[in-house]
Amino acid sequence: MAVADSHDTHDDHHDLYDHGEFIAHHFDSAEQQFDSGKLGIWLFLVTEILFFSGLFVAYTLYRTNHPEVFEQAHVFLNKYLGGLNTIVLLFSSLTMALGVRAAQLGRNKNCSIYILITMVCATMFLGVKAVEYSHKWDMGILVRSAFNLTYTHPTPTTEIGKALHISDYLVYLCVVPALLLAGFLVASVISKLIDKGTLAKFMIAMAITVSGYFLGVCIGIIFMNATEGETGSTHASVIAEQPLMLMASTQDDHAEDDHDDGHDHDDHDKAAADSNHEGEHADHEEHFGAHPADGGEASFDAHHPDPSTLSRDVGIFFSIYYCMTGLHAIHIIAGIIALAWLYWRSLLGHWRTDYFGPVDYVGLYWHLVDLIWIYLFPLLYLID
Amino acid sequence: MNWQLPLMLAQTDSSRLEELRERTEAISMQGTTVPDSSLVREGTSNPFATEYWFPTQASSFAGEVDFLYMAVFWISLIFFVAIVGSMVYFCVKYRRKDGVIAPEPSSSHNTAIEILWSVLPSIILVWIFYVGAETWFEMRIPKENAEEIQVTAKQFGWLFTYEDGDQTNELHLVRDKPVRLIMQSEDVLHSFFVAAFRQKMDIVPGRYTYAYFEPIKDGVYRLSCNEYCGTGHSKMKTACIVHTSEEDRKNNTKWIEAEKTPFENGQRIYQIHCSGCHKVDGQPATGPALNLIWGKNERMIDGTTELVDEDYVLDSIWYPEKHIVEGYGPVSKMNSFKGILDQKDVDYVIAYLKELKDQSGDAK
Amino acid sequence: MVDASTRQKLFGTPETNFLNCSKGWKSWAFTLDHKRIGIMYLIGVTVALFLAGVFALVLRSHLFTFDSKMLSDDMYNQMFTLHGAVMVFSFIIPSIPAALGNIVLPMMLGAKDVAFPRMNLASFYLWIIGTGCLLAAILSGKGLDTGWTFYTPYSIDTNTGVIYATFGAFILGFSSIFTGLNFLVTVNTMRAKNQGWFKLPLFVWSLYATAIIQVLATPVLGITLLMLIAEKTLHIGIFDPKYGGDPVLFQHFFWFYSHPAVYIMILPAMGVISELISVYSQKRIFGYSFIAFSSVAIALLGFLVWGHHMFTSGQSLVVTLIFSAITFTVAIPSAVKVFNWLATLYKGSILLNTPMCYALSFIFLFGIGGLTGLFLGALSTDIHLHDTYFVVAHFHFVMVGGTLTALLGGVFHWWPKIWGRMYNDFLGRVGCFLVFSGFNLTFFPQFVMGSRGMPRRYASYDPEFQIFHQLSTVGAFVLGLGILLSFVVLVYSALRGPRCSSNPFRAASLEWQSSSPPDFHNFIHTPVLTDPYDFESQVYDEELDTYIPREFANPAKVAPRKEPVHN
Repeated sequence: MAVADSHDTHDDHHDLYDHGEFIAHHFDSAEQQFDSGKLGIWLFLVTEILFFSGLFVAYTLYRTNHPEVFEQAHVFLNKYLGGLNTIVLLFSSLTMALGVRAAQLGRNKNCSIYILITMVCATMFLGVKAVEYSHKWDMGILVRSAFNLTYTHPTPTTEIGKALHISDYLVYLCVVPALLLAGFLVASVISKLIDKGTLAKFMIAMAITVSGYFLGVCIGIIFMNATEGETGSTHASVIAEQPLMLMASTQDDHAEDDHDDGHDHDDHDKAAADSNHEGEHADHEEHFGAHPADGGEASFDAHHPDPSTLSRDVGIFFSIYYCMTGLHAIHIIAGIIALAWLYWRSLLGHWRTDYFGPVDYVGLYWHLVDLIWIYLFPLLYLID
Repeated sequence: MNWQLPLMLAQTDSSRLEELRERTEAISMQGTTVPDSSLVREGTSNPFATEYWFPTQASSFAGEVDFLYMAVFWISLIFFVAIVGSMVYFCVKYRRKDGVIAPEPSSSHNTAIEILWSVLPSIILVWIFYVGAETWFEMRIPKENAEEIQVTAKQFGWLFTYEDGDQTNELHLVRDKPVRLIMQSEDVLHSFFVAAFRQKMDIVPGRYTYAYFEPIKDGVYRLSCNEYCGTGHSKMKTACIVHTSEEDRKNNTKWIEAEKTPFENGQRIYQIHCSGCHKVDGQPATGPALNLIWGKNERMIDGTTELVDEDYVLDSIWYPEKHIVEGYGPVSKMNSFKGILDQKDVDYVIAYLKELKDQSGDAK
Repeated sequence: MVDASTRQKLFGTPETNFLNCSKGWKSWAFTLDHKRIGIMYLIGVTVALFLAGVFALVLRSHLFTFDSKMLSDDMYNQMFTLHGAVMVFSFIIPSIPAALGNIVLPMMLGAKDVAFPRMNLASFYLWIIGTGCLLAAILSGKGLDTGWTFYTPYSIDTNTGVIYATFGAFILGFSSIFTGLNFLVTVNTMRAKNQGWFKLPLFVWSLYATAIIQVLATPVLGITLLMLIAEKTLHIGIFDPKYGGDPVLFQHFFWFYSHPAVYIMILPAMGVISELISVYSQKRIFGYSFIAFSSVAIALLGFLVWGHHMFTSGQSLVVTLIFSAITFTVAIPSAVKVFNWLATLYKGSILLNTPMCYALSFIFLFGIGGLTGLFLGALSTDIHLHDTYFVVAHFHFVMVGGTLTALLGGVFHWWPKIWGRMYNDFLGRVGCFLVFSGFNLTFFPQFVMGSRGMPRRYASYDPEFQIFHQLSTVGAFVLGLGILLSFVVLVYSALRGPRCSSNPFRAASLEWQSSSPPDFHNFIHTPVLTDPYDFESQVYDEELDTYIPREFANPAKVAPRKEPVHN
């Protein structure tokens, strides 16, 4: 009869899963625990999707109601940087999947390596994003109420900004990662000294992770310099004032700018809407010769429309842009923290063929975060 | 329990009405209680009568609204009495006798009856929905000849602008003359509500909303803001006075005289901002001519048609890219006037467009 | 069949139980036990109820005369806002699921705990933080005057503590999501062996349906409130018409959550009533599958009707028509439940004790609440009644007459199980009578006022409505007294009440197979799977003075089973 002690009834399970150290007391079996966790994480992903859905609905409504705003606004987004970030995140999804596979096979060392690569990709993504954000803030591309497009980049005031010729905002965005990097390096040295092998390993991995951010910043700046030319900012008057670009004034391949993109945008170009536009190509070549401060309406092209011709509601596009990408970035940061926890547990060798739930769950979360970016990228960057 | 109205209002119609009208003269925008002749009723102590639940039916569709209300009232009452009656009956009849805890076995499932009590209410619900929707179309779709009055709501008061540009702080209407309110808010959400008319509509900043009704009974009715709008929400009420005739209205209203009519204001705005690209002689220029467009269904470049109404004009001035008329484009050459022309200015432009349309009509 | 000593061990008064198995505040603050978390939730929501109840009494006192000067207009606006916000976000939404459901649900499944106990505790602490943020609006001295709906653009323009409050509601949303997610997983994976979906008590079904809504709708509220905060701080121009935003979009977002939230509030209440009616009639619930599926139907349909809060907001004719039509479809499953409860009473063995009195009050009050919904679902009458006292009365009949009544009934029903002590039934019934009569006196006159055109949220009103407001105010104090009395009865019994047995009411769902109070692990044996509505499965044991499953009883003393009638 069923009056047996509850522990007895579960004996058969205990035979199968005799290492119950990771089975919580209220579960009967590892299987039940894994199923619960899996269902839980899927439901959590559903809430995440619905969480973003509010922004997607707002996006859809404003795009339907004000399509012109979206066409005017998207030229300010650098699709090469966006594309770069897409590739980085896709690659991180691959390494995450490999990490999950390694955990399922109980290969803790492989798992830890894959997770580390995933984390580095995540911080790289954030680094590139920081370059994008600071570039926009410099130009006054802000949310609706503060939107004040100028094209002129303020001269950096911080020492580092002056020395490296980068925007103040980018310097500010690097402060926290720099402190973290220093902290992890010190921590790794200390833990090495007090002979905590695993802890030291973990701290070094964290330091590598954070340096991914700076790698992202560097690559971001290089991409920005290489592509801003192509996407249009070839006017000397503009370049001269762009401290963000390390090598801007020496970029010779601007000349090869054949305006493929320019053609695409001509149709939508409402900048100035005047006859000067007919001679845009000619203008362009001419301007490239670094005439200083040519100014005037003619100097604006498809990618640098005259601010006075823009709809005031272009700012709403950037409101939505900052909300969506900002919320996504917060999710990336949360993902990095979860991945760090997984990394720590991989170092401790926790994963076994019958216990790998956490890696699986965080993996699903990470894929979702990637997936959201896969939607954000075309919706925001590739409007045409 | 005393379900009657307080004595002071439980008098007969005619003697009170004059007094109410006098009091209305003294209404200021802030804080005074507004008299309402629609609540002065006979027979208000019988809770099964329409008069008990509702103010006077002062609009053309009020009777239909009340009819549905009372129909649902009786349906609900029958269901409610049946439910509670049987519940009380069961509780008395089958109450637990001492010592006998287990009841006689009885059925716990009966598909036939379960389907019956799912389907029967459904049929009633379909009827309620149908009647409700029918009346509601009448409440929402205006008649052609309706008088148009601009309503501006702001914290915490009302401004009504009539077709000739005169303004009042109370709403003055003429009996049996349909009216269409074109409403805008200067700040937050408000809502236009006159219980005697059974009509209500939110007033949303940044767009126009409309309310339509035909007063059929003269009197003084309470007009209140029905959407919470801040500190003085409960003070944001005024009187709606229905006059017996146009002359009665003209003579018995304290008008705030218009300095210029909306049409003249609109003409001035047109000359400053629009005349460069838009002609009023029917000839297309940089943009379409404006003299015949009001109320017209314009064809857009994407093949759709758009009715030129208040919101169309507002959109075209604030968001020129939104509606591009066939034959122009592909992109609009017009800049947004958002921030240059506010909603009040757009009102004047609309008045001008209407006037242009009327003139052209007269000319033919 | 087991011997008497085993019976004593399993169903007698236990020496150790979840209440006394560990001591000290830390054993509560860091507990992962669903029962203790449930009790902490119960205390929490009671505090919220009293706080919001005091706000209600203050504003009802203010409304006693038409030109009252008791509160300034601003204070009045703050009072109704805080009353609504605290009641909705901190009290009603977590009340039945997070407090009662937490205690009862795992036991109904024969489980030791919910699937994620840590998440459960986190949910409770999020509730505390969220409620704290809501109240920070008051403590900061700014107050909150937007109405609980936070409608834009007023919420953007006002200088009161909207950011505190919306952040609080945001946090409370996550608390609710955690609970819902936990319940969904628990019901899916933690059911007792062979306990199929149709062997679950209807309370579990209703909690499951509720959890679906919590998980699917609450994130939308979360992002909406975040956007509102961003709008208020950065002016992003999504909701603010000054910057090209659309204030009606906020209403769509808000009601996309808040209408389903209405079902978060009422569905668990319906589940409780299904249990009470059945147990205190000692009769199998009538039409089990109809009730079960109607819960799910209400949950799903509830997502498609949010637009009926916006019939007057200027949305398009077609959209309005569709929303009205779908709204009526929700009425059907609700009506089906009421009919099924009545059919359960038919030929039952009805015990009119305190929980049953609450259950019967529920049918009465929810009947009125539901039927008055018809007036508001129909388009033409809704235009007239929208945002008047008619609406106020309608949703109080559903939220208070429905949810609060069911909560009290449920608490009285499971109270002996939680504490192992019995309450004074007579005083309990007096409390129920006061709640019932006070409630009707408070809200019935509001239907009359609303029909006659008294708008809601008015700090002062026109004199002809005064008599109704006075009735309402008197009723509110009677209602308050009733709740206070019930509270005293409950607290007294938990501390001093006579000991009670494991299953005094002859209920058949699994939680009654544990001792009272239950063991830390809920059951010291693996519970015998019984049909939750087969009361013949429970037989009386004289030695223990309680009902126990037939399988455990001494066959010599057991009366033969009455077989149910099938047709």
